[in-house]
Amino acid sequence: MTPLPPEKPAEDEEGVVLTPEQLRRRRARNIAIATVLGCLAILFYVVTIVKLGPNVLNRPL
Amino acid sequence: MSDVSVSLSKTDAAGRAPQAAEGLAGPADFIELLKPRVMSLVIFTALVGLVRAPGDMHPVLAFTALLCIAVGAGASGALNMWWDRDIDAIMTRTARRPIPTGRVSAEETLAFGLTLAAFSVVVLGLLVNELAGALLAFTIFFYVVIYSMWLKRSTPQNIVIGGAAGAFPPLVAWAAATGTVSLEPVLLFSIIFFWTPPHFWALALYRADDYARAGVPMLPVTAGPDETRRQILLYTLFLVPLAISPAVLGLAGIVYGVVATACGAVLLHLAVRVYRRREGAAAVSAAKAMFGFSILYLFLLFATLLGEALVTRVLPAVTGLGAA
Repeated sequence: MTPLPPEKPAEDEEGVVLTPEQLRRRRARNIAIATVLGCLAILFYVVTIVKLGPNVLNRPL
Repeated sequence: MSDVSVSLSKTDAAGRAPQAAEGLAGPADFIELLKPRVMSLVIFTALVGLVRAPGDMHPVLAFTALLCIAVGAGASGALNMWWDRDIDAIMTRTARRPIPTGRVSAEETLAFGLTLAAFSVVVLGLLVNELAGALLAFTIFFYVVIYSMWLKRSTPQNIVIGGAAGAFPPLVAWAAATGTVSLEPVLLFSIIFFWTPPHFWALALYRADDYARAGVPMLPVTAGPDETRRQILLYTLFLVPLAISPAVLGLAGIVYGVVATACGAVLLHLAVRVYRRREGAAAVSAAKAMFGFSILYLFLLFATLLGEALVTRVLPAVTGLGAA
């Protein structure tokens, strides 16, 4: 009969635990991604206005 | 001299694949992957293409085009670092890059580079025009696949053909502004294209050991320093009149003609000095002077073109003085 595998230690079940430095860098990365996405949304909005010009208000219902 | 035909696996000098510490990369590490110094030169030459192009481009669209070209160049830089991570770890000049130092993983770099490349091409194509988007896509493909993956490790002409990648930005910018390509942007392209070999070979002359250790077949490694010096002189002899030609053809003004002639004379003098001084510290200092001045040379040429365009076209348009 095959023996059962040993039970996993408790710390493995907690997953990867980041150090304070890793947490700080992850937060910085998240802020950078959010900033870039926000700027991209603003850029698309402004370019849309620029390309449509006065026609931006021309929306017959 | 090293055998340049040796194929290199993606491992570091000790035979290990560079490993990044999980989750340690910060925004600054990702910015470093974009090669900000190369990016600044790309932005500058592209700006010259944009400003000199005929027609009135809306400033927001011009900014968008410049942003996309810059991000595309950065994506190329990141993908180049991903591909060259094995030799970057060996060469002194590149050993502190994010992948060899383990700050960013190779997978993160690949994903980052591909995402930015796709975004920059699609945004330029959709928001500005399709020709500019296609040219930017070709530039990224040329730099990453043709230069980095194929030519760099296989031929001493790597920098000659690969130099085209660095020469494309003003052409892409011109296409962004006009939707076409004409003689003037092709001349701007040619100036950077023929400037690249003497510029990089001057650097390679005093970094030959570094390139040999990494197995990169730069000209001083494969053909020797004397042949490299001869090639630097020949390319400079071709470059100097080429750089003056926009003034002769009436595409640039008299100020540009004077600057291109004076700076060309200095560059030619330095190339002759590199050709003559072949031994010891004098040879190294001649190569360093050539490398240093070649950067200033290209900067002055494009700064003068930019200045002329600003004075003769942009300023009158902004102030209304040219309307009369």
